[in-house]
Amino acid sequence: MNEQVILRVISKLLIPLILLYALYVQFHGDYGPGGGFQAGVIFAAGFILYTLVFGLPNVNRVLPPRLLETLIALGVLLYAGVGVATMLLGGNFLDYDVLAHEPKHGQHLGILLVEAGVGITVAAVMIVIFVTFAGSDE
Amino acid sequence: MIEHPVYLLLLTLLAVTALAMVRLRNTLAVIMLSGIYSLLVAGLFVMMDAVDVAFTEAAVGAGISTVLMVATLALTTRESRIPTHRPLLPLAVVMLTGGALIWGTLDMPHYGDPEAPVHQHVGIRYLNSYDEIGVPNVVTSVLASYRGFDTLGETAVVFTAAVGVLIILRGWQRRRRRRQAVRERT
Repeated sequence: MNEQVILRVISKLLIPLILLYALYVQFHGDYGPGGGFQAGVIFAAGFILYTLVFGLPNVNRVLPPRLLETLIALGVLLYAGVGVATMLLGGNFLDYDVLAHEPKHGQHLGILLVEAGVGITVAAVMIVIFVTFAGSDE
Repeated sequence: MIEHPVYLLLLTLLAVTALAMVRLRNTLAVIMLSGIYSLLVAGLFVMMDAVDVAFTEAAVGAGISTVLMVATLALTTRESRIPTHRPLLPLAVVMLTGGALIWGTLDMPHYGDPEAPVHQHVGIRYLNSYDEIGVPNVVTSVLASYRGFDTLGETAVVFTAAVGVLIILRGWQRRRRRRQAVRERT
């Protein structure tokens, strides 16, 4: 794929913007449309573009399958962990009010963590599925 | 609301896309059209002021799903087989189900009706949730806080789906590699 200069240059320009936009969608979900699901998918789209242009071996070096598999589980664990933490602090499961001194701050923190968990899982799942599909076709 | 020209345009294009998908035999073209279909649906959601849903539909339906389907296509054939039997029974089943669904919507409240039951119970509390949650986007407070348990379940579904796909694909790859090794030995 070395000859496709235009593709390589344009995707090098685009990938950081895609990843940045994904982070914006992730953390601006409280104020505008967006959230963990959408952000995870957009983040994965950036890496899928990278795979398409720069090939599978490069992606496997940036994101080894082991790391991705860990991230898939980590997102769900982070989400459920917030629930367990609220229970340990004396609230109900996923009752974020008890996470901080003020209920609203607790809600903010809880939503932030939970959305991060969703984003991590969704992004890792999409990348893993695509990479596995791409690797099947040798 | 349905009389708005943009709705008519989007719905007409949806019908055209669906008919084209039924007629086509080239699976790559069908996948591309399904991406377009999702994008049109996302447009409809924007028109209905459901931007969060539209965003998800555009990113997941039109974006990732299309890419994953094309990746799947690399493992299978490009042309779907021409059916040998006449599709009368499936057609009857589809017509019947579609008819029943349309008949079911006749009982539903009109779009945007403030008297609809869904706007009478917890809906009012959700819309005034800023004092309770402190997050301006109501969709986020419902999704992540009021219905946090639901969303945990959804995340678990995504997790389970990934585990299933990985088990199937990796098992398939391993079997193929083993077969290749056996062939090289003989």
